[in-house]
Amino acid sequence: MSAFARSSPRYLGKSLFAAVILLAAWTAAFLSLPLQSQSRNNQSEEFLSLSGETGHAGGRLIVSLRAEPKTLNPLIAGDAPSRQAIGAMQADLIHINRATQLTEPALAKSWTVSSDGLHYTIKMRQGIRFSDGHPMDADDILFSFQLYLDENVHAPQRDLLIVGGKPIVVRKIDFQTIAFDLAKPYGAQERLFDGLAILPKHLLEQSYKQGKLDQEWPLSVAAAQIAGLGPYRLEEYVAGQRLVLERNPYYWKTDANHARLPYLDELVFLFVPSADAEVIRFQSGETDIIGISRVAADSFSTLSRQSRGYTMADAGPGLEYNFLFFNMNDLGAKASPDMARKQKWFANVKFRQAVSLAIDRQAIVRLVYQGRGAPLWGPVTPGNKRWQNTSLTNPARSVDAARNLLSTAGFNWKKDSSGESSLVDSSGAPVEFSIVTSSSNAERTKMATLIQDDLKQLGMRVQVVPLEFRSLLDRVLQSKEYDACVLGVANYDADPNSDINVWLSSGSSHFWNIGQPKPSTPWEAEIDQLMEKQLGSRTFDERKRSYDRVQEIIRENQPLIFLASPDILSGTKNTIGNFHPAILEPYVLWNVEQLYLRASSGSARP
Amino acid sequence: MNPRRKLVLLLTLLGVAHLVIACGGFFAPYDPTAQDRDRPYAPPMRVHLVNSAGHFHLRPFVYAQQLREGTFDEYVSDTSQPIPLKFFVSGARYKLFGLIPIRIHFFDAEGDAPPVFLLGSDAYGRDLLSRTLYGGQISLLAGLLATALALSVGLLIGSLAGFFGGWTDDLLMRAAELFLALPWLYLLFAIRAFLPLAVSPLQAFFLVVILIGTVGWARPARLIRGVVLSAKERDYVRAARGFGASNIYLLRRHILPQTWNVVLTQAAILVPQYVLAEVTLSFLGLGVPEPAPSWGNILSSLQQYSVLSSYWWMFLPSVAIVCFFLGYLALASALQDVADKSKI
Repeated sequence: MSAFARSSPRYLGKSLFAAVILLAAWTAAFLSLPLQSQSRNNQSEEFLSLSGETGHAGGRLIVSLRAEPKTLNPLIAGDAPSRQAIGAMQADLIHINRATQLTEPALAKSWTVSSDGLHYTIKMRQGIRFSDGHPMDADDILFSFQLYLDENVHAPQRDLLIVGGKPIVVRKIDFQTIAFDLAKPYGAQERLFDGLAILPKHLLEQSYKQGKLDQEWPLSVAAAQIAGLGPYRLEEYVAGQRLVLERNPYYWKTDANHARLPYLDELVFLFVPSADAEVIRFQSGETDIIGISRVAADSFSTLSRQSRGYTMADAGPGLEYNFLFFNMNDLGAKASPDMARKQKWFANVKFRQAVSLAIDRQAIVRLVYQGRGAPLWGPVTPGNKRWQNTSLTNPARSVDAARNLLSTAGFNWKKDSSGESSLVDSSGAPVEFSIVTSSSNAERTKMATLIQDDLKQLGMRVQVVPLEFRSLLDRVLQSKEYDACVLGVANYDADPNSDINVWLSSGSSHFWNIGQPKPSTPWEAEIDQLMEKQLGSRTFDERKRSYDRVQEIIRENQPLIFLASPDILSGTKNTIGNFHPAILEPYVLWNVEQLYLRASSGSARP
Repeated sequence: MNPRRKLVLLLTLLGVAHLVIACGGFFAPYDPTAQDRDRPYAPPMRVHLVNSAGHFHLRPFVYAQQLREGTFDEYVSDTSQPIPLKFFVSGARYKLFGLIPIRIHFFDAEGDAPPVFLLGSDAYGRDLLSRTLYGGQISLLAGLLATALALSVGLLIGSLAGFFGGWTDDLLMRAAELFLALPWLYLLFAIRAFLPLAVSPLQAFFLVVILIGTVGWARPARLIRGVVLSAKERDYVRAARGFGASNIYLLRRHILPQTWNVVLTQAAILVPQYVLAEVTLSFLGLGVPEPAPSWGNILSSLQQYSVLSSYWWMFLPSVAIVCFFLGYLALASALQDVADKSKI
């Protein structure tokens, strides 16, 4: 979720040994180990060969990050920049292809699922080595899952691995086969494994035993103390400036010509202070690709207008959905009479439906996203075709229908002193409330300003209050002192499980009424049931039926009033080959191992 | 030029400029919050008297702008569609000087013709000319009120300190130094954090006025204290005291009149400073909230690089600010000249 530190980071990282002198001796002793293990698994490497355009080896790619990563340790990483860096350094067993949105083998060569859906058997590739040259074997996999599942490690991935209330059981069958046993069938099936990095036991075991895993692999870690199975490995970190990764010479993918990937020698992440700084760096040619974080539509058109030697790309609507919601939390005795009165309106479904009907979503798409986005009436964006409930029709904007709804719900209109008609509730109090938004997010502030004007036509007096993002989250999630809020969620996967925390009434992101001990309305109870049901269903059709019904309930009750979804926008220098931005994160670096520098003919730098 | 004539000229010019802003509702063709969602970032329209065929028209006209198909902000002038300007037409309701409700506007397009954006439109398709005029009302009023507040407090404290001297003087002047040293921007952030989440535009306006006004009394107070200090030692003041005049009488009759020059010059310096302070605060989102316009929040969209680099007309409100600023500073120096001359 972009609005939040995402609850389940995609790549897991590695941890680092505290660099103590004592350890040098220990490491030296370890160096002999690769030779021994090699003799043990004496197979040749089982490469994964990728189809597609072949490129040339060599060169350096420079991209920008809007903030410095906090860590390279996948077991604690929560912020987007850390996940981007870790994504280039680590690999998982089964991976979701960002272009096709389907799963495909990664470190796992193949897998089978038992007929009852409870047992997964994974065969791993042989001859694979970590980026420090140490061979990977089944023990590393066992060790990695042990870390994810250990409560004391507090890995954010742990929640994903609790299926049916019980942690997944991981067993080693032989040196190349691992079995996973689930307590209940899991709807999303092998998508579960995406983003769970396989970590090096030889580097992390010691600190795990000492309980110091959370101190492992900070950005300042020595390159020898960190290893992964991803296309790049750590070369250099300069605080406040850049993170430089170098090619992993042991990487296990090849191109169609059987040349070992990745093509590029170096991947450089520059840290820049803001989105505007990112645009300026890209425009001046300092960075090769823009769009690690989605480029805003206005920057996109500024860049498109002055295009010099680069090409901008619109990958279509992504998975991000933006919405307006009202404070429907049970505030108990804490609520002031004023707030209690407002909450009475907010709890009225007709009030929410009227607000939804009055909002001009087309204008939001046009003015906020400059047409590069899609209006939304539900959580499933047009970018997620597989899960969209196509039987739902999108109601057209109608201020009249909204007014009718309000009058049937007991609201009235009164002319005030200046001759404007304002909406009053059944007790005669004027309908006034404020919408909080993040002051650093110009797009959402703009949406709120448009909504303000739309609702003026219903006689509602709305104020927009831009707040610093931290204090906004604090108000919405902790103190619950707000009337209404515009927020967004950017899913990392098209599967409905990725935002299950938003829909379950007990969820920590059930924005309008967070963490209920039991569902406070019948429709929230039904959503809870349906989400649990789809989680345990084995076929796509069954799951889809449940989730279609969830979408229907949401449409009817409007707990979140959906607004719009932006296109995933990015850009690249014309010299970069194999650039295929996806609508799933990481938008532009998902195929970083295949990116390459074209021969200089295409470079038209001014 | 004779300083006195220069002063009169400047006062006339500034008076006219203020009158235009005060009658902003009349000169602005549209409601400053009215959005035209089909015309975001429309560039300024040129007023023509001669059409594309070379014919002269007595009535000025503009050409309609059409959004180029499939674009967000590229407009082409449609020379086949002239929009004649009408004067003294009925339009959106407004209140002249905030009191008299009327509908007459200086100019507008005829009937159903598309809106006329002489200074272009902003991100929501709001008329920048109307916003600049209405925004000026808020910004200038904030400047004038805050100046009045700062000078009243400064006059009171400065004359008390200068007149009574001793520990009163010490206490008041140390307080003034404290106020000069305050990081007032952070103070404002802190105060804003204590207030309720949503404040209405009117509350926000008075908050800004009161804050910048109370923070700014220290400098004029020190200047006034100096004048009072020297004035109270004059022979005629001592003589009046000798005849039994009370403190109040002395201050009112003999001492305060000596400070008028300083007060007026300070006012001419403070007004533009406070207008700028309001602009800064609104730029930072601490001033008058959207959709109500002020010069500061109109300019705040320039924080975005894409606006800065793509839509030059978004800078136009700053021209108004610069003109007012220069006008007031020239007024301050003219006042100074007149005062110096009268001394000789």
